[in-house]
Amino acid sequence: MFQNVGEMMVLLWRTIQALPQVFRQRQKVYDQLFEIGNASLLMACILSLFIGGVIALQTGPVLAERGLSSAIGGLVGLSICKELAPVMMAVLIAGRIGSAMTAELGSMRVYQEIDALRTMNINPIYYLVLPRIVAITISLPILVLFAILVGWFGGGLVAVLNEKIGITFQSFFVNLRLVVELGDVINGLVKSAVFAVVIGTVCCHQGLITMGGPRGIGRSVTKAVVNSIVLILILDYFLTRLLLYFEK
Amino acid sequence: MSDSVSIPQAQQSVGVRIQGLRKSYAGTPVLKGIDFEVQRGEVFVLMGPSGSGKSVLLKQIIGLEPADEGDILIEGESIHTTGVMDKYRLALVFQSGALLNSLNVLENVGLYLTEHRLKKPEEITRIAIEKLDFLGLKNVKDRNPGELSGGMKKRVAIARALVIEPQLILYDEPTSELDPLSAVVIGEEILNLKKRIHVTSIVVTHDRDLAFGIADRIAMMYEGEILAIGTVDEIRRNKHPIIHRFLNADFNPNHQHEQP
Repeated sequence: MFQNVGEMMVLLWRTIQALPQVFRQRQKVYDQLFEIGNASLLMACILSLFIGGVIALQTGPVLAERGLSSAIGGLVGLSICKELAPVMMAVLIAGRIGSAMTAELGSMRVYQEIDALRTMNINPIYYLVLPRIVAITISLPILVLFAILVGWFGGGLVAVLNEKIGITFQSFFVNLRLVVELGDVINGLVKSAVFAVVIGTVCCHQGLITMGGPRGIGRSVTKAVVNSIVLILILDYFLTRLLLYFEK
Repeated sequence: MSDSVSIPQAQQSVGVRIQGLRKSYAGTPVLKGIDFEVQRGEVFVLMGPSGSGKSVLLKQIIGLEPADEGDILIEGESIHTTGVMDKYRLALVFQSGALLNSLNVLENVGLYLTEHRLKKPEEITRIAIEKLDFLGLKNVKDRNPGELSGGMKKRVAIARALVIEPQLILYDEPTSELDPLSAVVIGEEILNLKKRIHVTSIVVTHDRDLAFGIADRIAMMYEGEILAIGTVDEIRRNKHPIIHRFLNADFNPNHQHEQP
């Protein structure tokens, strides 16, 4: 395990060192951005619509019973932008895009395509890892922004339609605007950018160390997704602590 | 194959010397002190049964894996000396071809020049088409590797290697998984390259017909050791029991051979 962590840190450091080369690899970054956006935007919107809805459904009646139904906008707004959108989108992207990254790099490794690059003096980190990590780091915060907006909309919709809550769309968003500040949204976007780097690094590393044919690729994909999700959830706590410190 | 295409003989082939090379995986020795020398412009064949360490040796020569002991010298310079691997142009034609599936044939062939920005895009296209034409593959330039036959993939891999203008080409089992006719074509390509660009070639194979057809010299490998080195006739005449069994192993349903 410690060897893997060390190798991932080295991979991340080498990718950071390769960042000046990113302009040369811009076409590959665009391709990856398209791949990530195209594959995930609809899914991200559907997921966040229902997440917003379910928070409103769970908390709305309880607040309404205590005469606090007007506070539901702020509660849904904050929980989505600071916690649920970044974490749930990161989990979704780890499963949807991270797995694809590992499978692609893993099969390139198994079928000697990466060795072929090395024999041509082409650095696999510049050619394969850098565009993927840059693209995921750009695209995950954008997806999270969409998820926040759609999640708020989903929460508002349930607050209006559920008879036990029974508030208007307007009062939902008035309260949301009162409670949620720009800093809260930025907080979520910062988290998502960190999660993106984690997903990119874990999944690319796992792909690059794949061995043993199709079975090995399957094993690597499972490992990459599980490790990414575990790391996201652990990091989430520490990031939240850190960001709360900056909020003061 | 088109004979009308002229490939400039700009490159000068190189000689290789392997000295006391040893390699183990998880304590199991795979190479047990390999020594041989390959002359400039020579087609040197490493022949032996599967698992004898031939492909591992190729990976060591091109620098994909470090050796545990010993050295590899190109024109007298160790490949571990800084800058030596950049100074000489080496290419490896992989057993599977190892073409990048995300690129089409033309992009695969021009990849080295594109990534190192050595030429303008239109010049890269011209060179890649020229190399494909040299190998009779001009009509597949827009196809994806997945649409090619095994033989075509290997010829595209040779075209990709030629773009580097190599001084040494290493072939890893160039005729494995090929039908006899495609295997003959690959063998002819290797000889053609020798004739036309005088490149040094090291060919790893267990295909006896290919080895006897193309080799200037053959090294017979078995369990990480070299049993004999010599010309085709010398190897054919060699009385070593393992070599004799390997060279005379033919399928006979009424008789069971021992594994060499």
